[in-house]
Amino acid sequence: MLLRHTPDNLVERGALTINPAKTCQPIGAMYAALGVHGCLPHSHGSQGCCAYHRSTLTRHYKEPISAGTSSFTEGASVFGGQANLLQAIDNIFTVYEPEVIAVHTTCLSETIGDDLPQILDKADKDGKIPKGKHVIYANTPSYVGSHVTGFSNMVKGMARVAVSTGHKNGKVNIIPGWVEPADMEEIKRLAAMVGVDIIMFPDTSGVLNGPLSGEYKMFPEGGVTIKQLREAGDSIGTLALGEWCSADGARFLDTTLKVPCRVLDMPFGLRATDRFVDALRIVAGRSVPEEVAHERGQLVDMISDMHQYFYHKKVALAGDPDQLIAMTEFLTSIDMWPTHIVSGTPGKAFEARIRELTAGLPYAVNVKCDQTADMFLLHQWIKNDPVDLLMGNTYLKHIARDEDIPLVRWGFPILDRVGHQYFPTVGYKGGLRLLEKILSALLDRKDRDDQEHAFELVL
Amino acid sequence: MTPAMFNNDTTMTAAEIKEELLKKYPPKVARKRAKQIMINEALENETPEITANVRTIPGIITMRGCTYAGCKGVIMGPTRDIVNITHGPIGCGFYSWLTRRNQTDAYAPDAANYMTYCFSTDMQDKDIIFGGEKKLEAAIQEAYDLFHPKGICVFATCPVGLIGDDIHAVAAKMKAKFGDCNVFAFSCEGYKGVSQSAGHHIANNQVFKHLVGLDDQGKPGKYRINLLGEYNIGGDGFEIDRILNKCGVTNIATFSGNSTYDQFASSHTADLNAVMCHRSINYVADMLETKYGIPWVKVNFIGANAAAKSLRKIASYFGDQELIDRVEEVIAEEMPAVRAVAEEVRPRTEGKTAMLFVGGSRAHHYQELFKELGMKTISAGYEFAHRDDYEGRQVIPELKVDADSRNIEELEVSPDERLFRPRKSQEELRALESSGLKFKDYDGLIPDMERGAVVIDDLNQYEAEKLVELLKPDIFCAGIKEKFSIQKLGVPMKQLHSYDSGGPYAGFRGAINFYREIDRLVNSRVWGYLKAPWQENPELSATYVWE
Repeated sequence: MLLRHTPDNLVERGALTINPAKTCQPIGAMYAALGVHGCLPHSHGSQGCCAYHRSTLTRHYKEPISAGTSSFTEGASVFGGQANLLQAIDNIFTVYEPEVIAVHTTCLSETIGDDLPQILDKADKDGKIPKGKHVIYANTPSYVGSHVTGFSNMVKGMARVAVSTGHKNGKVNIIPGWVEPADMEEIKRLAAMVGVDIIMFPDTSGVLNGPLSGEYKMFPEGGVTIKQLREAGDSIGTLALGEWCSADGARFLDTTLKVPCRVLDMPFGLRATDRFVDALRIVAGRSVPEEVAHERGQLVDMISDMHQYFYHKKVALAGDPDQLIAMTEFLTSIDMWPTHIVSGTPGKAFEARIRELTAGLPYAVNVKCDQTADMFLLHQWIKNDPVDLLMGNTYLKHIARDEDIPLVRWGFPILDRVGHQYFPTVGYKGGLRLLEKILSALLDRKDRDDQEHAFELVL
Repeated sequence: MTPAMFNNDTTMTAAEIKEELLKKYPPKVARKRAKQIMINEALENETPEITANVRTIPGIITMRGCTYAGCKGVIMGPTRDIVNITHGPIGCGFYSWLTRRNQTDAYAPDAANYMTYCFSTDMQDKDIIFGGEKKLEAAIQEAYDLFHPKGICVFATCPVGLIGDDIHAVAAKMKAKFGDCNVFAFSCEGYKGVSQSAGHHIANNQVFKHLVGLDDQGKPGKYRINLLGEYNIGGDGFEIDRILNKCGVTNIATFSGNSTYDQFASSHTADLNAVMCHRSINYVADMLETKYGIPWVKVNFIGANAAAKSLRKIASYFGDQELIDRVEEVIAEEMPAVRAVAEEVRPRTEGKTAMLFVGGSRAHHYQELFKELGMKTISAGYEFAHRDDYEGRQVIPELKVDADSRNIEELEVSPDERLFRPRKSQEELRALESSGLKFKDYDGLIPDMERGAVVIDDLNQYEAEKLVELLKPDIFCAGIKEKFSIQKLGVPMKQLHSYDSGGPYAGFRGAINFYREIDRLVNSRVWGYLKAPWQENPELSATYVWE
């Protein structure tokens, strides 16, 4: 047993987190920043944070992740990190020549109280930011929220670039939230199908799913440009996908530049995708073409064809709130039973939303989203009430093996499988893929477990 | 200095390469980096020595990690029966959760193994404002109540040092309270020191202070050693243990691969310390000698020839003909399989070139394996080494202690009144030395590298990319962060911190694994697919006429 010390009996813990279902803010800020064209993320703190974040993102995407660090030693921790950051900005623009540097803080620089706007202002006045180049920033103390919060904060940092000329440009902003590069591509494809001209930020497609060609580009073609981010202030509206990841940036544009926003669920599964497409249509005043309805129908078709294999199957999930909400809705909508759900990312609305989505089920879902909502707790719940399927990141594989439960890898980070960079799980096409993954896991299991006399060729 | 050193058609001299690497830097950065780039045994060097273990330049994309990573991740991570609690916000604990591929074998199903768990106090903003000691105390209590481990270790992250939580006092209080659980802490905040190296030091010191010497019952055996600086990445430690067992040598404790609480506690009962990674642990070997009287020798189990040489070294120390013969038997038994694979692979690897930027010690050790494949290491350097790892131990007395090293505790060690026992008399030691066995000796990387090779300390992403472009090695070895930017350039990249996948690469079976892995990497067909036919031949000379 890999998790041989996890007992069945639940004990209340107040201080010790075991096998967390979250990580810290800066990695989210780093991921978001990679979705800006020509941007080098920069971690303002000691260099270990940056090394860890780059390593984890590299392992997840199997792509180079470049980022700078202020490399604090004890001196900077005592006297403040201004000198380090000024030097870093100078070195970065000289050596790597990015268009943009996206600075985020760490728990170290936050605790000593480094004032990013002040330091960046000084960098500008000292001429360390070359003409035509940009520095954006986000405050991302690791002791608040989670990686999701960090992502959201950097998205807000991008929204701060927007300006309003007073003339609407007819475009729609889409903030896709923490989804994969392939998902961002899929969202762009859907919007193009509906005929909506969009500005999407961040956009990691083309950045973190690049080709192997014998050439290394530190700054690939993809990513939202600073010009586009500026124009986002003239858009007719913003669709923010995911309350936790995207709403802050959208509301900022709404309150400061009067770009109205709608906060939607992430388009995982049938119903959330329906609402997304519908919102796109309405905000841009377009009609939805037949191709989109066709794709939708294919998903409905697969749900009906294979319903017998997932009907009332119990699922345990761990991950981030925006994804979990949409996934819970998808699972219940196809008559699966989400049973245990944990997210380390705090937010009171999460539990309420899950309760609302699962209200029609004949049992009360186990759901928790605070500091002690970790994978240790999830495992204990599973021991007490076993499930048919696990969904979440790679760190669930120990539970999967110990309890002999099939695992569908989905979320962040996935360190031991590939595909998430290239194949979307959002939209109707993504729904088909999700369903295929779920079915393959359940049916592989059935093929393994069925007795010989009941082993069937046709399923 | 002949350009032929680098082959692969480059006509550049090492001095030109160095100049090229420095060209783009602002002057101050260039001056600093110039001292960390050395042309081996060449007169072009501006300084007679290499500069190492100095601060990373802010903004320069570094390969280095931090002190916490060295302490919790590297040294304490591979010990299975200690509950390691990271005191801090969640990130540090999360990122050091099973990411180093340390393997462990907990033998019995009910034996303690906490390596699959990640423990953290997950500090929140109120803990930063009001202090985190209470939460830490409660977390230790909860861990104790849930698991009743032999030991609980606490690791400080950056903010903990800043807000002044006294983690050592909390640990001592809980240790006294439990009575049957050893609790101790590490002030390994990420900002201390300039790299992981400081963290190794902090970890080793605490293990030495709080754990070594607690249990006088070592394992039985005629020839008893400790293996220092072996972390069982990809099962390296398993293979070395297999070989030692086969020779009849007992490994009391590995610091710290596949290790346990009891191994550390009884390590003072060994009669010889064999040091693998000089960087991470040479000072522990010194302390074990001073306090308990155990001499140490440097060994290297990476590479079949190196492993054989190290086994002979250990045997000659014990001096028994029985062991000396047994070691020769084992080498004779193991080598044919190794040679067979080497001979099979060598036609495909001979003459190829490698670059290694990894470790403390790995950038040195792995050159042995490449040599066995007929491959040449044209450039190498360490991520977190000190000058002695490059130039040899004779430079240690002249190393300057700077501000960043001064805050790392140096233990004052004296002979233990009860436990000090010289393993060999002065006479015996002298006799062994005159027969060629060198104690406390390490010549460093530089003497083993070819004249004119480029030795670079703390290589960064920009220089890595430039080096690869200029010298086009057949393989590049570093860590996960470097892997894909190198591969985008069309050069295979092997991780040597955690090996990507695969292993073990130590010992005889490890050598076979490595030969096959390098053969696979440098001869993979994929590197021939980088350009599509229409990219290789873009001009349209004629068009088809479709029928």
